[in-house]
Amino acid sequence: MRHARLFRIAVRSIARTKLRSALTMLGVIIGVGAVMVMVAIGQGARSRIEASIQNLGTNLVVITPGASNAGGVSRGAGSFNRLTIDDAEKLARESLLLSNVSPVIMAGARIRGGGANWFAPIFGVDVAYPVIRDWATSSGQFFGAADVRAMRKVCVLGATVAGNIFPGQDPVGEQVILRGVPFKVIGVLAAKGQTADGSDQDDCILAPYTTVRTRLAGRQFIAQILGSAWSAADVEAAKSEVSAIMRESHGLGDWEEDDFTVRNQADLAETATGTTRVMSMLLAAIAAISLFVGGIGIMNIMLVSVTERTREIGIRMAIGARPGDVLAQFLVEAVVLSTLGGLVGVAIGYGSSWLVGRLTGWPTTIAPAMAGLALGFSAAVGVFFGFWPARKAAALDPIAALRYE
Amino acid sequence: MATGPVIRLRDLQRTYAMGRNEVRALAGIDLEVAPGEMIAIMGASGSGKSTLMNILGCLDRPTAGTYELDGRRVDQLGGKELADIRNQRIGFVFQGFNLLPRTSAQENVELPLLYDRAHHHRDIGRAATAALERVGLGDRRDHVPNELSGGQQQRVAIARALVTEPALLLADEPTGNLDTHTSIEILALFQALNDRGLTVVMVTHELDLARYVRRVVELRDGRLVRDEAVRDRRDAAADLAAGAASAAS
Repeated sequence: MRHARLFRIAVRSIARTKLRSALTMLGVIIGVGAVMVMVAIGQGARSRIEASIQNLGTNLVVITPGASNAGGVSRGAGSFNRLTIDDAEKLARESLLLSNVSPVIMAGARIRGGGANWFAPIFGVDVAYPVIRDWATSSGQFFGAADVRAMRKVCVLGATVAGNIFPGQDPVGEQVILRGVPFKVIGVLAAKGQTADGSDQDDCILAPYTTVRTRLAGRQFIAQILGSAWSAADVEAAKSEVSAIMRESHGLGDWEEDDFTVRNQADLAETATGTTRVMSMLLAAIAAISLFVGGIGIMNIMLVSVTERTREIGIRMAIGARPGDVLAQFLVEAVVLSTLGGLVGVAIGYGSSWLVGRLTGWPTTIAPAMAGLALGFSAAVGVFFGFWPARKAAALDPIAALRYE
Repeated sequence: MATGPVIRLRDLQRTYAMGRNEVRALAGIDLEVAPGEMIAIMGASGSGKSTLMNILGCLDRPTAGTYELDGRRVDQLGGKELADIRNQRIGFVFQGFNLLPRTSAQENVELPLLYDRAHHHRDIGRAATAALERVGLGDRRDHVPNELSGGQQQRVAIARALVTEPALLLADEPTGNLDTHTSIEILALFQALNDRGLTVVMVTHELDLARYVRRVVELRDGRLVRDEAVRDRRDAAADLAAGAASAAS
């Protein structure tokens, strides 16, 4: 039997029972559509995370308290604090591969100024911080080494803080009160946008770490020490150098594990995308189940179709259809059904990922190869689940089939 | 075309297993049908004529004995070969027409050619149209079975049987669902085809129709009990003309 004819017969018999075929395809449509959307969202999220990690700075080396195991999976990192200002100063002094080092002391504070109240984290940092983070000021300037040494009460506002406390005006030269201590605003940072986890990087205040440490009461801790390597090629070597200096600084014996973690941007990206990978694997599993269920739906309807068309099968056999011809006819029908469902699913997938992209602002793109893969997969579902009904049709006894009412 | 018999049966037997019992539907049939014959197989229900028809049509295989169709042993062939024989050597006409519903006459007639592996080069559409014209339905090509009368549907079925140019036309109670006048029309068509050399084997239990064939065999309890030539064979076309004349007068 010619392929074009087989295809025409299949399309016609599907078209004859439009509603039933549409409902049958629904499983595959939802399965494929879900896969497409999941992949698009997953890729969008990943590229966003990668972009925001690039956004953290250049040739970044991040030291955080607490140990991590070799796989890079956090094992209670930050559960106890073993980073000190001495560590930061020792790193700045001794490291050959880091061009800049800055501690980051975190303190939260209510901010009063310009008649407004705002709550934002205060980062106590060193002068190298804006260099490491590749972060410019949009107005005024960053504090200098003299300000740090003299523990001056000066600060630089993040764009969000500046916009909320001093809407529509330049806060440089104004005063803000942090936990009852007046600080002079000497600069405003350029807007940097959100981090991978959606928090606003511009919602912060930077002040000299010396000032924060001595002037601001309350719970404080060194959240991290940031450094930047001289060049991208130095990053890996810098990590080992930092480890060695930190171990010495903490007086760790050979048998003791690191009580700190050193990561670069690639490590951070891996940690961040690790969660989305688990997520997309989970969603892929759901999509696979839904494709499976869709396949069972196709098998079910093909079995019904074989029973309904027993007489037709008998006629075809009587006039010379080989069992293989009958098998091919029903198999092609199942594959056309599932592939059609796959096509609709791909279309829906494109549509919804475009919609998700518009709503979230994520770059949700579907690679054409992915659409092709989804189509191929739905065709495979048709072959897999259509085979048994088709074989049942091919195995019919022509005499009994002709007599079937 | 072979010069020997179209059908040659030797001690053909068919038994069915019904639980522990065996039912002998055919208890040893010997039969030869020469090319160009038109033969009626008669018998009451349960006489084994349906079983014989199924075996002649290569839909079923005998339990014992041999069946040569057109000089070729077919009693031991597998499903694939039997399908090809049904397609190329045998034309089927059924009591219930057995056309595909919602499918035009043209496409119904094309159907056997779609399964014809030997003649893939043929122009399927033109062959089907020619077959429809042979049965006088050239102007009904695009009609679906629902839009055709019983007689017309049976003509489409005959066109479908003829389109592969078979050695043998097998008709199983071809007029069972038709009124007398239409039945005679169908018989006239068979006679016309037979006159041009087609071998026709027809199963019927209507004695009236047996007058139009050249030879009648009768089955009873799975055996041939009668095999004789029809002496005063009637001409269906003439009967139709006479009937029309008597109705007109």
